[in-house]
Amino acid sequence: MEIVNLDHMSANPLLPEVQDAMIDAIKSNYGNPSSQHRIGDRAAEALDQARDSVAGLINSSIPKEVVFTSGGTESVNHAIKGVAFARGDKGRHIVTSNIEHNAVLRSIRRLKMMDYKVTSVPVDQYGRVNPDDVAKAITDETILVSIMHSNNEIGTIQPIEEIARITREKKVLFHTDAVDSVGVVPIDVQKLGVDLLSFASNTFYGPAGVGGLYVRRGVGIWPLLDGGVQENNKRAGTENLIGIIGMGVAARLAAQDMEKRIAKAKKLREKLLRELPDYIDEYFINGHPEHTLPNLASISIKYIEGESVVLMLDEEGIAVSTRSACAAGALQASHVLLSIGRDFADAQGTMVITFGEDNREDDVDKFLKVLKSSVNTLREISPLFNKKASAA
Amino acid sequence: MYSKTVMDHFKNPRNVGVINDADAVGEVGNPLCGDMMSIYLKIQDDHINDIKFQTFGCGAAIAVSSMLTEMAKGKSLDDAKKISNKDVAEALEGLPKNKLHCSNLGADALHIAIKNYEDKKAGRSTDEPKRKEKHEHTHGDSCYCPYCDAEIEEGAVFCKACQTDLKGQTKTLGEG
Repeated sequence: MEIVNLDHMSANPLLPEVQDAMIDAIKSNYGNPSSQHRIGDRAAEALDQARDSVAGLINSSIPKEVVFTSGGTESVNHAIKGVAFARGDKGRHIVTSNIEHNAVLRSIRRLKMMDYKVTSVPVDQYGRVNPDDVAKAITDETILVSIMHSNNEIGTIQPIEEIARITREKKVLFHTDAVDSVGVVPIDVQKLGVDLLSFASNTFYGPAGVGGLYVRRGVGIWPLLDGGVQENNKRAGTENLIGIIGMGVAARLAAQDMEKRIAKAKKLREKLLRELPDYIDEYFINGHPEHTLPNLASISIKYIEGESVVLMLDEEGIAVSTRSACAAGALQASHVLLSIGRDFADAQGTMVITFGEDNREDDVDKFLKVLKSSVNTLREISPLFNKKASAA
Repeated sequence: MYSKTVMDHFKNPRNVGVINDADAVGEVGNPLCGDMMSIYLKIQDDHINDIKFQTFGCGAAIAVSSMLTEMAKGKSLDDAKKISNKDVAEALEGLPKNKLHCSNLGADALHIAIKNYEDKKAGRSTDEPKRKEKHEHTHGDSCYCPYCDAEIEEGAVFCKACQTDLKGQTKTLGEG
């Protein structure tokens, strides 16, 4: 069965150029970049080249500002805990938002156990933070603000530049979790004005297990892993060179093809949202109409539960993601969806569709057709739908 | 993730629907997992003559409902009362650990429906039916945190391993 992947946020195939570069490296570049001989030199050269490409993707003019990590989760943990530990003597207050990814939420929860205090600002019905709320939340004790660039469940993009102006003025460090943005939309760390920015290679068709943390020059943070002096003394351990080489190539291609990729994703997303009412009724589109990732659509469908829809779509070879509590294995409604005002039942019926390079227009047609029959079948079974029908 | 039997009952659920002149109805809804089930019984000579269900929930919840109706159909009320959530999960060849919660709705709905019927017959007023929410161990004797799968004590309200409050259903980071 031909698989239609509409869940690029969970997994992206490696681009052929990325695969080739990594296979070449596996065969011929096994060196340790720290070594003082030519086997090491060759590895160091490849490491530098990858760093240049990755720095280029986020428009950092100093490649050393990029620290390679094991992925988005490590980057986020490093940024938050690294700042908290380095500045703990100056203050112990952190500001964040109600819709952050678990990597942020749980890093901060861990710090709360170590006597750090946290203020979490709300979002509006579109999932946007009001920069004034951030300004109000900052106290003399505040050492860090961490607000995500784009949301992984609803795609909303935050007013990062405005928040950065506030944090600069108040002399507080600002970290943004840009894991779902870097390589998808243009990211310019100089223009954004952030101090720290987390991202991951697999968002832009590089390998999973590699990521980056941008640390603006002059920002002192503690390492998360102690050991050698790799990564400018910020991340100990012999580099995952093969992964980093893959990430470098993926970054170069993402920068080069960005406009083309955005145009394609936008077209597919717009087609989906435009034609959706012809197939199903009673649903919400989550997120912001303008400030949104071009490749993500979040739909809350009434009277049904998301995991059931995922299973039915999968039977027909279509891969999507759901934000239902049951599927997450956490048995908790999504904090993001509750924060934008969805009720528990509607949050249960939420599907997240993320488009990618391998999608075509007829993928949307197929998805809509199968979605319609799945939703109809499940509504037939649903007592919520039945109650609503008998009340009408 | 799911057994073949679960997928079969999910894809082709048995006994879906409503019995308009039902002799008894049982409804359970659980806000934690967001699942809901309604069960309708037609009873003759203290036997379940016909049974239908409606469920809002995940694949496991639908499969549990379907399997339960198959197991209960034709049984005497006394025998039907003996069907436990564990029996249903076993008939489905097991459910993933984090889905055991969903299996708890099937038998509960049936037992509530039967109780409603017996109360009505005896002329008793029926108490607001409460789902039992009894915790059943279908994976050995241990109890697991639904968030991180760490072994926890029976009835624990806080998971030490992942620092999760197991009482509240949702929370966001507040002040302090």
